[in-house]
Amino acid sequence: MFSIEVKNLRKEFGEFVAVNNISFNVKSGTIFGFLGANGAGKTTAIKMMSGILEPTSGDAVIGGFSITNNPNEVKLIIGYMSQRFSLYNDLSVGENIDFFGGVYGLSGKEIQKRKEWVLEIANLKNQEKVLTGSLPGGIKQRLAIGTAVIHKPSILFLDEPTSGVDPLSRRSFWELIHNLSSEGVTVLVTTHYLEEAEYCDDIILMDAGEIIANGSAKEMKEKYLKNDILEVECSDVIAGLEVLEKQNFVEESSIFGNNIHISVNENLTEKSQIKDLMESTYNIKVKRVEKIVPTLEDVFIHLLEKRKNDK
Amino acid sequence: MTNRILAIIKKEIKQIRRDKRLLFVLFFFPVFLLIIFGYAVNYDVQNVKLAIMDNDRTATSRKLIRSISSSSYFEIVEYYENDKRGKEILDEGIAKGVMIIPKGLEKDIYSGREKINVQILIDGVDGNSATIIQNYSLAAIYAFNNKLNQEVSQKIGFKITPPIDLKSRFWFNPLLETTIYLIPGLIALILIVTAVVTVSLSLVREKELGTIEQINVSSLSIFELLIGKLTPYVIISFVNAIIILIAGFILFGVIVNGSYVLLFLSTLLFLFASTAIGIFISVISDSQQVAFSLATFVSLLPATLLSGFIFPIESMPEIIQWSTNITPAKYFIVALRSIIIKGTGLQAFWEQWLYMFLFATVFLLLAMIKNQKNLKNL
Repeated sequence: MFSIEVKNLRKEFGEFVAVNNISFNVKSGTIFGFLGANGAGKTTAIKMMSGILEPTSGDAVIGGFSITNNPNEVKLIIGYMSQRFSLYNDLSVGENIDFFGGVYGLSGKEIQKRKEWVLEIANLKNQEKVLTGSLPGGIKQRLAIGTAVIHKPSILFLDEPTSGVDPLSRRSFWELIHNLSSEGVTVLVTTHYLEEAEYCDDIILMDAGEIIANGSAKEMKEKYLKNDILEVECSDVIAGLEVLEKQNFVEESSIFGNNIHISVNENLTEKSQIKDLMESTYNIKVKRVEKIVPTLEDVFIHLLEKRKNDK
Repeated sequence: MTNRILAIIKKEIKQIRRDKRLLFVLFFFPVFLLIIFGYAVNYDVQNVKLAIMDNDRTATSRKLIRSISSSSYFEIVEYYENDKRGKEILDEGIAKGVMIIPKGLEKDIYSGREKINVQILIDGVDGNSATIIQNYSLAAIYAFNNKLNQEVSQKIGFKITPPIDLKSRFWFNPLLETTIYLIPGLIALILIVTAVVTVSLSLVREKELGTIEQINVSSLSIFELLIGKLTPYVIISFVNAIIILIAGFILFGVIVNGSYVLLFLSTLLFLFASTAIGIFISVISDSQQVAFSLATFVSLLPATLLSGFIFPIESMPEIIQWSTNITPAKYFIVALRSIIIKGTGLQAFWEQWLYMFLFATVFLLLAMIKNQKNLKNL
């Protein structure tokens, strides 16, 4: 059972194609990650799915309603929160909740009931009168998601909800998303923090308006990375990278912190080959060569590089 | 639907109440403008400074001078002796005019000479005042002539009266007070500026903050949004109009002669047209800064210069006259003057209502067309 079915969705702004005929499905009650660099078309896609933006062509069925034929019905069952946490800074916490409750057509009684809940998840109990502008980012973000689901939507769109928020708040925010999901809410979230993608049940990766990979994080690693990934720790990262790039056993290479990650093919028979080569020929001290479990970042760098080369 | 509109109205009022700067502008601005325009903009010419060179120095010349100085129009600041000084007086602006009474005035009058010339040189820099000074001095000389004729004819036992005497009375504004003429225009000016500026700012602010997106994903319709957002500003505008009317009465004694119902309805229509401009501006601007500059420019300038508020439209060149239609203030002022000063009914200004309605419709349509690509992103 799918909550979101996207079929050939396309958006053009003049000559520019922001979203190029994308199609995918999201299972009910799951957390779906939408990944990609800035400008990949994530926000445009999410805006079309939530009925703010009209698609140039194609359609999406959200909770059984088509965004092109029944945009108003779609709006009643979705919640939306953007990276800007769209709250009124000059209104108090309580006034913001009242306003969004009112805009979603809740009665006074319902708003009171939901207000308690929103205050609780935002850790703002007894702070109704505080001006929203004076809240720290993490709390504001929780208040924003609380107001975005005040009408108990069954589908929630989050557009880069964690940008500009500290790591600790980000973690507890994801707990909140998991709680919502376990209550049956389908969550579609865009992010460019790749480690956050690991929290998602399914992921798609977008680049230049197109989907270039999809599946769960585990599937992606297996499906798209056939080669082993080795982590090389050496005395000079830059020089080391230059050397490794040229070797016929290295498919791709990149720097991760103080280490180099290389994806190697069958030309490499022994790990020790690398240490010997670098120390004897190039005089670069190698401390460690280790096979690692690839991260999503490895997968995406691989996919994006490959796409660039194919072009 | 009413619940949702109410939620927006409540929120908007809370925001306005918390914005001290906006409150100050909204309520101080009208009184400030009223005082400035009421006291500073005045076409009534009084106490014009005049210098006189009396070359005759007889009882008759002194009588002439007295009849001029006794009116409140002229104030004689200097009697001087030679032409050189007369030039100085005009050059340095000591007086707005110098009057030269020729030698032999008395003698010539009583010897029955045909034409006696008294000269007045007027500072013509401000053409409007200069014309008025000329008319005042003509009237003063005319009155003097009449008096003299009567005296002479009485002496010889004859009664001579001029065949025609023009009796003029000014209707609607009997004392020709400028403020009475200005107050309706002032109401229009203040309302259009506050309406256009506040409406466009309040809409663009939502765009800038991104809150408009949050509203757009709710099932709120654009119609509900606009009603909710505009209502508080329309109410504030009415309060403003009332403030101006009360202040106008207290400070300048201006009263409403016509129907308050018509006044209310005209104002409502005018606000409809003004907010339509505000909506249009908010559609085409992306930041509050742009919206503010555009809104003040588009509302203030035409409403001051082209609306007939200060400068009569009939005396403008035809092409400018045509361009006066870009401000709804033009129509509103006609309606207001009819209601407040003349006290006339709808028959005198129904066309103005029609124009205002058309104006609002056109601007709302323009806003919709401009917004169509991105219908919900106001």
